[in-house]
Amino acid sequence: MSYARWVALLWVLLVVAVLVALSVGRYPVPVSDIVHFVLAAARLEEMPRDRFDLLYNLIVQIRLPRVLTAVLVGGALATSGAAYQAVFRNPLVSPELMGVLAGSAFGAALGILVSGNWLVVQSLAFAVGVVAVVAGVAFARLAGGASVVMLVLGGVISGTLFTALLSVAKFVADPYQKLPAIEYWLMGNLALADLRTIGWVVLPMGLGVAVLAGLGRALDALSMGDDEARSLGVPVTAVRYGVIAVATFVSAMTVSLAGMVGWVGLIIPHVARLAVGPGNLRLLPACACMGALFLLATDGLSRTLFNVEIPIGILTALLGVPAFLIVLHRARKGWL
Amino acid sequence: MTAPVSAVPMAFELVAEGLQFAYNGRAVLRGVSLSIRPGEVLSLLGANGAGKTTLLRLLLGLSRPSAGAVCLNGKPLARYARRELAHHLAYVPQTHTTPFPYKVHEIVMLGRLPYTGLTHAPSRRDREVVSEMLERMGIAHLADRPYTEVSGGERQLALIARALAQGARLLIMDEPVSGLDYGNQLRFLTHLRALAADGYSVVKATHHPEHALLAATRVVLLCDGAIVRDGRADEVVTPAAIQQLYGVEVTAFHAPGHRAIAFYPSEPLSPAGEMR
Repeated sequence: MSYARWVALLWVLLVVAVLVALSVGRYPVPVSDIVHFVLAAARLEEMPRDRFDLLYNLIVQIRLPRVLTAVLVGGALATSGAAYQAVFRNPLVSPELMGVLAGSAFGAALGILVSGNWLVVQSLAFAVGVVAVVAGVAFARLAGGASVVMLVLGGVISGTLFTALLSVAKFVADPYQKLPAIEYWLMGNLALADLRTIGWVVLPMGLGVAVLAGLGRALDALSMGDDEARSLGVPVTAVRYGVIAVATFVSAMTVSLAGMVGWVGLIIPHVARLAVGPGNLRLLPACACMGALFLLATDGLSRTLFNVEIPIGILTALLGVPAFLIVLHRARKGWL
Repeated sequence: MTAPVSAVPMAFELVAEGLQFAYNGRAVLRGVSLSIRPGEVLSLLGANGAGKTTLLRLLLGLSRPSAGAVCLNGKPLARYARRELAHHLAYVPQTHTTPFPYKVHEIVMLGRLPYTGLTHAPSRRDREVVSEMLERMGIAHLADRPYTEVSGGERQLALIARALAQGARLLIMDEPVSGLDYGNQLRFLTHLRALAADGYSVVKATHHPEHALLAATRVVLLCDGAIVRDGRADEVVTPAAIQQLYGVEVTAFHAPGHRAIAFYPSEPLSPAGEMR
């Protein structure tokens, strides 16, 4: 299938998935009702006041934040994952490589410990995630360089440090209220964010994903190795740090929106690569679409599979394992 | 139709002047001077650790010398923007694979990065140049095959096509034939000669004195970070030179009517013992 067809297909699927996600749930709303509601909201159609209020509450206040969160988090994680894989020349890395998720987890736990305020938790998750990556890069430089190996080692050290700090936070947490809150947060939850928070992050996240996608060809060159990329005219160090910075910012934002949602950043780039090929100029936009689709679908399952909602992070991991095995099997010729 | 990029290489001059380089306090290069002229294939011969790779990196501007300078058309490499340098100098690494299964034409298209910049999609012109270079290296039929699945020799040709797509006049290669089978090594050397005939220059480090004789117009012998001989291949590559560089005794065999020489270890094989 040609690239243009894939793009068209992905966009159509994304629109359909958003509509379906808005319609399913404990109180199903047919897609036709959603369309009528949108028309009424645009004052192109009449709708009884109480009906409009009901739909407004259901669609805009309850489901829309959740759907937008899924789209943003899935798209951002998948795109950062693909960018990380190119920068580190390794198809098996994901955005957590440089310690952002470990840092964010500790930040959120700290936020839950010192205050119950949701804004504090979100801000700390974001800030400490960024701090963890800065620490990882600093460790690498202390050890002597900005090479891929040094950065990976720096990230491992930083990740270990913040994982240990998270354990400390859990250990001292009140086991009846704070500890469960931390644990649930670590499982990921797409229903945490409200429209106001999403309004805050939608622009920087969209911009970050666009910047990563715009650097597609530089990423291709970087995946050839530093010397080759430099001799092709690419400012290797600047691009590498730039990609790490942008990917860190958007990943930390996903964490402050939805907690820990693992695996998306690792698997989706592989699925997308099977579809549109490894060229990053095409791969990254495809990743954004497929990541969003994957999380929308997973969220749909988590809401409808059982009476109780399953935390999203658990489902992405459960679905991710078989998906990854299939991808590994089909693609093993390509990379290892 | 636009003129093929490969028509007539522009004049250029790459001059290295008194290059010194130290790594961890150990002198790797001690005062190397070298100028590279259009249309020559320069083979760099030297033992492991003689400083070949370091010299190539300095010529490419990938490392900075601790003293001395490399000048392209009279201007030090350090004063060029990376992207501009890429219009003139290209690096052809040893045959390698990529972590991702890029198509062969995508690999060659990377050579257009210095023209498109990092953020622009390739234009029609870029695609034309890529097809032309694939054609020129005789691998047009591989354009849509994954780079990871073609043979080592074909990958090496793709890397040269990429260097040509860069529009570079000087191709710098670090042991380009390592990893190629015997037939591909010889075919590869033929390609180098054809490039030189078109006015391209090639500087390559090699471990094969015979290859230097087959393809090089000029040979530079590097010993302990200094140039000990620099001249025509058939004058420089002698049993005495091989003794000096590698510490092994060989006898030269000439085939009548051919420029090629075969070297064969002198009998009895000297028990030099330790690997160096």
